[in-house]
Amino acid sequence: MVTLTIDGRTAKVPEGGTILEAARAAGIAIPTLCYLKDVNEAGACRVCLVEVEGCDSLCASCNTVATEGMTVHTNSRAVRLARRDVVEMMLSRHDCHCPTCHRSGNCALQTLAADLNIFDLPYEHKAPENRWNRDFPLIREESKCIGCLRCVSLCDKVQSLNVWDLLGTGSRARVGVRGGGSIESSDCSLCGQCITHCPTGALHARDDTMQVFDAIEDENTVTVAQIAPAVRTAWAEQLGLSGEKATEGRMVAAVKALGFDYVLDTEYSADLTIMEEGSEFLHRFTHKGDYAWPMFTSCCPGWVRFVKSQFPEFTGNLSTAKSPQQMFGAIIKTYFAKRLGLEPEKIKVVSIMPCVAKKYEAGVEALRDAGCGQDVDVVLTTRELSRMLRVAHIDVASLPEAEFDKPLGEGTGAGAIFGTTGGVMEAALRSAHYLLTGQNPDPDAFRAVRIESGWKVLETEVGGAAVRVAVSSGLGNARQLLEAIRNGQVQADFVEIMACPGGCAGGGGQPIAFNEERAAQRGGVLRTLDENCALRFSHENPDIQKTYQEFLGEPLGETAHHLLHTDVTKW
Amino acid sequence: MRNLEIQTATAAVEDVRAMCASLGRRLASDTGNVCPVEFMAAVLRMFHSRSCGKCVPCRIGLGTLVELLEKILDGKGTKADLAQVEKTCKTVAMASDCAIGSEAARALQVMLPAFREEFEAHLDGRCTASFQPVPCAGGCPAHVDIPGYIALTQAGSYADAVRLIRKDNPFPSVCGLICEHPCEEHCRRQMVDDAINIRGLKRFAVERAGVVPPPAPLPATGKKVAVIGAGPAGLTAAYFLTLMGHSVTVLEKRRKAGGMLRYGIPCYRLPDEDLDRDIDAILATGVTLKTETPIEDGDAFQRLRTEYDSVFIAIGAHTDKKLGMPNEDKKGVMSAVELLRHIGDGGTLDLTGKQVVVVGGGNVAMDATRTAKRLGAESVKCVYRRRVEDMTALPEEVESAAAEDCEIMTLMAPVRVEVDEDENVTGLWVQPQIIGGVQRGRPAPRNADKPEVLVPADIIIVAIGQAVESDPFEAAGLPVKRSLLTADMACQVPGQKGVFVGGDCQYGPATVIRSIEAGKVAAANIDHYLGYDTQLDLAVDVPPAAFQISGPCGRATMTEEASRVRRSSFALAERGLSEEEAAQECSRCLRCDHFGRGAFRNGRVEKW
Repeated sequence: MVTLTIDGRTAKVPEGGTILEAARAAGIAIPTLCYLKDVNEAGACRVCLVEVEGCDSLCASCNTVATEGMTVHTNSRAVRLARRDVVEMMLSRHDCHCPTCHRSGNCALQTLAADLNIFDLPYEHKAPENRWNRDFPLIREESKCIGCLRCVSLCDKVQSLNVWDLLGTGSRARVGVRGGGSIESSDCSLCGQCITHCPTGALHARDDTMQVFDAIEDENTVTVAQIAPAVRTAWAEQLGLSGEKATEGRMVAAVKALGFDYVLDTEYSADLTIMEEGSEFLHRFTHKGDYAWPMFTSCCPGWVRFVKSQFPEFTGNLSTAKSPQQMFGAIIKTYFAKRLGLEPEKIKVVSIMPCVAKKYEAGVEALRDAGCGQDVDVVLTTRELSRMLRVAHIDVASLPEAEFDKPLGEGTGAGAIFGTTGGVMEAALRSAHYLLTGQNPDPDAFRAVRIESGWKVLETEVGGAAVRVAVSSGLGNARQLLEAIRNGQVQADFVEIMACPGGCAGGGGQPIAFNEERAAQRGGVLRTLDENCALRFSHENPDIQKTYQEFLGEPLGETAHHLLHTDVTKW
Repeated sequence: MRNLEIQTATAAVEDVRAMCASLGRRLASDTGNVCPVEFMAAVLRMFHSRSCGKCVPCRIGLGTLVELLEKILDGKGTKADLAQVEKTCKTVAMASDCAIGSEAARALQVMLPAFREEFEAHLDGRCTASFQPVPCAGGCPAHVDIPGYIALTQAGSYADAVRLIRKDNPFPSVCGLICEHPCEEHCRRQMVDDAINIRGLKRFAVERAGVVPPPAPLPATGKKVAVIGAGPAGLTAAYFLTLMGHSVTVLEKRRKAGGMLRYGIPCYRLPDEDLDRDIDAILATGVTLKTETPIEDGDAFQRLRTEYDSVFIAIGAHTDKKLGMPNEDKKGVMSAVELLRHIGDGGTLDLTGKQVVVVGGGNVAMDATRTAKRLGAESVKCVYRRRVEDMTALPEEVESAAAEDCEIMTLMAPVRVEVDEDENVTGLWVQPQIIGGVQRGRPAPRNADKPEVLVPADIIIVAIGQAVESDPFEAAGLPVKRSLLTADMACQVPGQKGVFVGGDCQYGPATVIRSIEAGKVAAANIDHYLGYDTQLDLAVDVPPAAFQISGPCGRATMTEEASRVRRSSFALAERGLSEEEAAQECSRCLRCDHFGRGAFRNGRVEKW
């Protein structure tokens, strides 16, 4: 341990620890902005500056290693003045029209400016111009970028895609797409992790809420909402609702209060995915020679984009099963419409997702299989749902809980855990066991595949067969796993990958909490939902059983093939 | 009182002078990093500040040029704007009344074609400038992790410093003594005072590291690579390829390995034991060395191609160039490479009482000059047709030669050799020169209006450049241009699969570090050619940067043994830094791997 003095107090930090870590351990707050532990320790914003005795200039506490006997002042006059000046400098180049910003009220820069008592600027205000395709799901506003470099480092180190870079030099140095190209032609997976780690509103997802309001208000349109599993873990985070009030039932009530005609649960189509993907896996597993091996899950469009751009040779390994979102879109505009006697052309399917890439996926031409335009018409992020609820002035706290509409409102615990890393694999193995043996396993038999971070490979027994499974979330981890598979270090049969660290619970469309990683906690909510659910096997979902009896026939059957499977090479 | 006063500089004027004097040094650091368009706009603005304001092209024209460049920089420029820049630039250059305006515009006229692509990229809103986070490592052709090994040296971890250097360069001992240290030209410390003495610190660490065994090679791949030439390029490639698991055989024409390091650089600059220390470590990886194995002809080379999966040709530039003057073939005229090779092979030559004249102004000329002195010559004169400041030799080499009582005769162009009736050399006729107009960036000499002078000489040593013995390879069908073997930037020979070329035989005589770069580039590309993408994990943990960087401080430089001692000795002339000096030099390092852009991305490139 290294012992130092910070603001007159004794602080200790392990060898190699920084001044910031020592201060935090000692309960001394130092503001930060660009600092993202282990990811971005660039010392770019200079907000965490401190005074170290014996040093002529101020030091960035985030990346200065604490040394024995060091005396540090975090709140000296020099520190306060410098901190204030650097934030004023940032603000002078920042679009400060805060009330019209996506991040108003949830902006680290705004909070910091308030904390530093900044009310006017001594510098000329000159924000750069925005040049961006506003139709793209991921939007970057140059005018709000403070050059903290978190997006660059995160995309490099966590997602391994290196989409962003600090371009140019001198007064015009700026963050942009690496090589100065366009985002459309970059390798961006649309995971949206740069958005959820941006301290300001410089990065955000395209807002599609107006289309949804319009559809709800149009009497000739039937609006059908589907809500992804992970949304229910975070939907109320920005509405000031506490954990026990932010229930699934209240979320359903809130979405209904917006005026949707039907509110359905994407857990249903997660169960449907398990039926298709699980059957597909068993088929491939028993016909290994006919397929590229191992088989990869395909329910995460960020991951699919990643494979296509980074490991095109593995594209054939992806399951042909569509994502739950797209399966549901196709089912709503066919089976659901038929059952309720609705004209498919008049249905507007709105999915509420923890995801940015799903906005892209809904628009993919090759996924229009129901015969009337896009199968999913609009994709809203969890954040957009929060905003719509605020626009509509819905007092969610006072709403009585409600249930998903029927039919197709039923989901199982297996569907719920689709929203967290390892969940798809676990749900698939539960049903695969049943499909092989005709009997249910212990629902927790495959809990070993659960992970919190990184990647995991293990062999498990499914209905008497040894299956080697691998699970990973975060694209940097996915890259490591794929490289290990490619060079033979890892042998696997079935691989689940989610683009966002922690899975959809940590998705790029989820509410943003500055410097907090909530994926694990939200994933825990889904695990609890699973444990408390009466139905824990996808194949036991009565809506699923009915769908096959009345409409689809068999998993992998002709109708299923047409509506529920896709050829990603055509995306 | 009359209107005449003694002028004294005020403190403010002194400050301005000091700032101007330091400006060049500061701008020289971090070179190649900045956007040339923005840099040019800033330079023009600075020149503009010096305008007296009288004439229109300078007073207004320079400002309009800055405005146009700013518009282009903002991504709002058009092709027409760029054309206008060119047009205006020409007018300001031609029409200004004095050098302030015209030279400012001429500076831009040089930059415009040189950075055409960069200017045009800004028309699309792109800037192609790519900031080099660690300027010294970026400026080193082999990209050695300089702040890393300085930090290790400071911590006393000398063996780790050597290991870290070897990650990119298997010649730490050699480079500690004779590297031309291009890294130092880029050193950001020049913003504060002066460049770190990087080479001095490398030598310091190597001298204290003891024997550092090389890392173990990766498992054998079964691939066989032949390297022709055991010079720095060939041995570097052999070292890395062996570590990657390939089986490497180095074929060397001469008795010993080392190439120009042994047969070109005299022992008083690079003692054999220091060269052998590096070569021993390289061979200890498992490289097979076959000496006295020349590639005699095209067939021999073709046989090699069939026996090995890949061949790297790194034969250096070992033949001399001739002046082409009358009597150059007479007794007493020799080339510097002949002399140095003879000495390098352990041969002796007694020049006691002889008058020696060396022709040339490069480092080889200085080596020949100083070697001749050590061989006992009564007098050594180095004849060069330009001025001392035009010499391509390192200034310290020229100074050392002069200090060793060698005469540097500048502005003298050799005309013919004077011989006696037995055809023995008696002198060299030279034509005095006058330095003249600048041609291709250098002032060119021309004949002065003075008569020829006879410089008496018993021995004339010609050191005006070297060529490549490329005949056997040309015979085998490899492309050759002016004796140089042709290859691309990846060292691949076009149209010859698996054949690679690098070092002096590709680009002509250059520095040891450029040859090491070639060896490294060749190794990476040969590995790739063989179907691998081997990532060598040779990085060493580097101590964290201290929070305090020392204030302005002089640069500790190396000294040499007393000139009267060293001029008659082949022992190493340069004295290394003392412990105290090395500690101070280490503390001057700005740790660009940690501070500045280094903290963000690429502060430490752990893999090639």
